[in-house]
Amino acid sequence: MPINKVVKNAEEACKDIKDGNTILLGGFGLCGIPENCISQLVKMNLTNLTCVSNNAGVDDFGLGLLLQKKQIKKMISSYVGENAEFERQMLSGELEVDLIPQGTLATRCLAAGYGMPAIYTPAGVGTEVAEGKEVRNFNGKDYLMEYAFDADFAIVKAWKGDTKGNLIFRATSRNFNPLMAMAGKITIAEVEELVEPGQLDPDAIHLPGIYVHRIFQGMDYEKRIEQRTVRAKA
Amino acid sequence: MSLDKTGIAKRIAQEVQDGMYVNLGIGIPTLVANYLPKGIEVELQSENGLLGMGPFPFEGEEDADLINAGKQTITTLPGSVFFDSAMSFGMIRGQKVDLTILGAMEVSENGDIANWKVPGKMVKGMGGAMDLVASAKNIIVAMQHCDKAGNSKLLPSCTLPLTGVKCVKKIVSDLGVFEVKDGAFHLLEVAPGVTVEEVKAKTAGKLIVSDNVKEIVF
Repeated sequence: MPINKVVKNAEEACKDIKDGNTILLGGFGLCGIPENCISQLVKMNLTNLTCVSNNAGVDDFGLGLLLQKKQIKKMISSYVGENAEFERQMLSGELEVDLIPQGTLATRCLAAGYGMPAIYTPAGVGTEVAEGKEVRNFNGKDYLMEYAFDADFAIVKAWKGDTKGNLIFRATSRNFNPLMAMAGKITIAEVEELVEPGQLDPDAIHLPGIYVHRIFQGMDYEKRIEQRTVRAKA
Repeated sequence: MSLDKTGIAKRIAQEVQDGMYVNLGIGIPTLVANYLPKGIEVELQSENGLLGMGPFPFEGEEDADLINAGKQTITTLPGSVFFDSAMSFGMIRGQKVDLTILGAMEVSENGDIANWKVPGKMVKGMGGAMDLVASAKNIIVAMQHCDKAGNSKLLPSCTLPLTGVKCVKKIVSDLGVFEVKDGAFHLLEVAPGVTVEEVKAKTAGKLIVSDNVKEIVF
């Protein structure tokens, strides 16, 4: 039987995500976030989620939509500056927040995808990030041991994908998406364009479909720009 | 006259050499790109996954999939390349990026830097700063010499939570240019009109005034 990972839509892709699950979500700011699945998680009214994502969206878009409905118990991120509701929940203690260096976040995903239990990184040595962590010296320099992520689901957004789950990302919307896709026990990919096998150049594929369990063509992408910055025409 | 933000950016731009791969932080460091010496070519690395960052797009040409680490819309240049976040920090950790320029709230005389957290205030996170300072070959800090109350931010030791230890090599503040080595700030240049005495008075950490302190020339 040919491998076919296609599901109908976000509803089918997310159907077995449960309260309390840990979910890796791709994107940097609002760039490359899985918009369809985030809407679906909101619709499903899931609670007590642990979300691993570089950022936490803005008040009315991205993961901010889940925060508004208090569906997230814990956020693991590197930078969360753009969201007032996030700030309120964090300061009131309703939301648990684990801030970790961005490279550590990326590499903990990579490690999970590569079947390695942990990594050593110099990021955070001598800071509060190092508290309680194993420090090891290699060639005269200290490194922190950081564990690979162990997540129930990864949800990512790609530009193009085929029915086997092979993915191609576009521009800087790649960011954490392929890494998180590698790290999920179950990985869901939503794509702007779903094609048949053979239509993607094998040399151009960024993430092999072996890492992807479910794929669907997303719809109604808003692709909101967080900081629209332009220059004047000369 | 102490330097304004543009002045700090202009002076740091003089440190950038032909052929360098450079990572610019948010704020004053971003301005450095506007004042790079004529005739040199550098590649700007944006840690969200781009090498060869171009200028902001013209109005109407913004692309939601193409942003920099400050989440601003940007453009590519001929020879630009995209990659994922792990590779991005791989080239940072692997010291392929030649120069990192970033802002700071405090720097200590042994080169520790604090720039991500103020206790009691909303914490936004360190982003990529801890990875950058832990690995960079050469770090130049752009900062105000004193806080708004006039307290020195060049200190014997940082009071704020650290971003990294013993990593800052050079500082360009509104008052001058300092090399950070051997447990002291070494004053190399002063801003036009700023006296060595003023720098001494406003530097809480150990300050060594070099024999031939020059005035910054643009």
